[in-house]
Amino acid sequence: MKHLFSLGVTAMLAAGAPLAANADAAGDVQQQCGTCHALKHDYATPAIQERAERKAPPLDYSGNKFQRAWLVSWLQNPTRIRLAGVFPPAHVKKGPDGDAVDAASLPKHPAVPAAQAEAMADYLMTLKPFDDLIKAETYQPGTIAERMGKMNFGKFKGCDACHQDAPNSGGVSGPELYTAWNRLQPAFISSYIGNPVAWDPHTMMPKGDANADAVHKLANYLKVIGEKQP
Amino acid sequence: MKKILLAASLLAMSAVAHAEADRGTQLYNVYCTQCHGAQGNGKGVNAAHMSVQPRDHTDTKEMSARTDDELFKVIQHGGKSINKSVLMPVWGGNLSDDDIHALVGHLRELCCQKN
Repeated sequence: MKHLFSLGVTAMLAAGAPLAANADAAGDVQQQCGTCHALKHDYATPAIQERAERKAPPLDYSGNKFQRAWLVSWLQNPTRIRLAGVFPPAHVKKGPDGDAVDAASLPKHPAVPAAQAEAMADYLMTLKPFDDLIKAETYQPGTIAERMGKMNFGKFKGCDACHQDAPNSGGVSGPELYTAWNRLQPAFISSYIGNPVAWDPHTMMPKGDANADAVHKLANYLKVIGEKQP
Repeated sequence: MKKILLAASLLAMSAVAHAEADRGTQLYNVYCTQCHGAQGNGKGVNAAHMSVQPRDHTDTKEMSARTDDELFKVIQHGGKSINKSVLMPVWGGNLSDDDIHALVGHLRELCCQKN
């Protein structure tokens, strides 16, 4: 049923019909976003199969995660952040050299008008169940030589196996990270790199064994490359 | 009576083994296929972008040379722990020991139980 509703919304958007404005932002987000995105943390309890069935990233901790300005802009002009979709194995086809992303299977995110994007972002930024994780963060944004940061990101930490730090540079199963600094809060970046499982028990991001200094170096690299973005 | 009890025990053991195998398959699908491939052949969607190619889990010869303990260790502590690539992450913070045992079981199916 959810799937049918989602298809209906997609079809409506494809036909050019604007999403109905809704004075109640919470209701609007629930109605427009809740079909695909989790707005409560209840996805954390079921078995791992839940991860394979996700249609979209959880939004239940948006206020701890996103930069509001980025949300407003992106909702009006969505671009693809996860190049292989939210659950890459669901978007794989067999290519001549191994698995390839089946681009035709990737859903398009609907765009919303400016006023609605502002209202939605305002509501999403109120969702902050993980203030404690943010408060526990010690990260103070700094800098790192880009060349050293890139070497650390790739050769030493292996982040580039799944993430791109520049267009077409790096793996595709994780979100691209060259715009991460603009879309995510610095404390979230650091907290999530250090312990992604605390945010999402079914994350496909390894918790790893990096200490705080190593995490901060990676966060600083994302700052350096993010600030180069237009 | 003894025969009935034995049959019931065997059935229960078989159900547990099936559940373990299903769990191994699910975990492999979620955590491993992005690099090791949907078929386990080392050709996942990320492989083309990696400086060291992921292990082909269907390679019977290579995989037979690894003990279950080694496979457990490399999943739990990453490639570095067995002097292999850092591109193989440390999964011990995401997966329980039971999860990793289920994955090792799935690897053995992939590599060594071909039709």
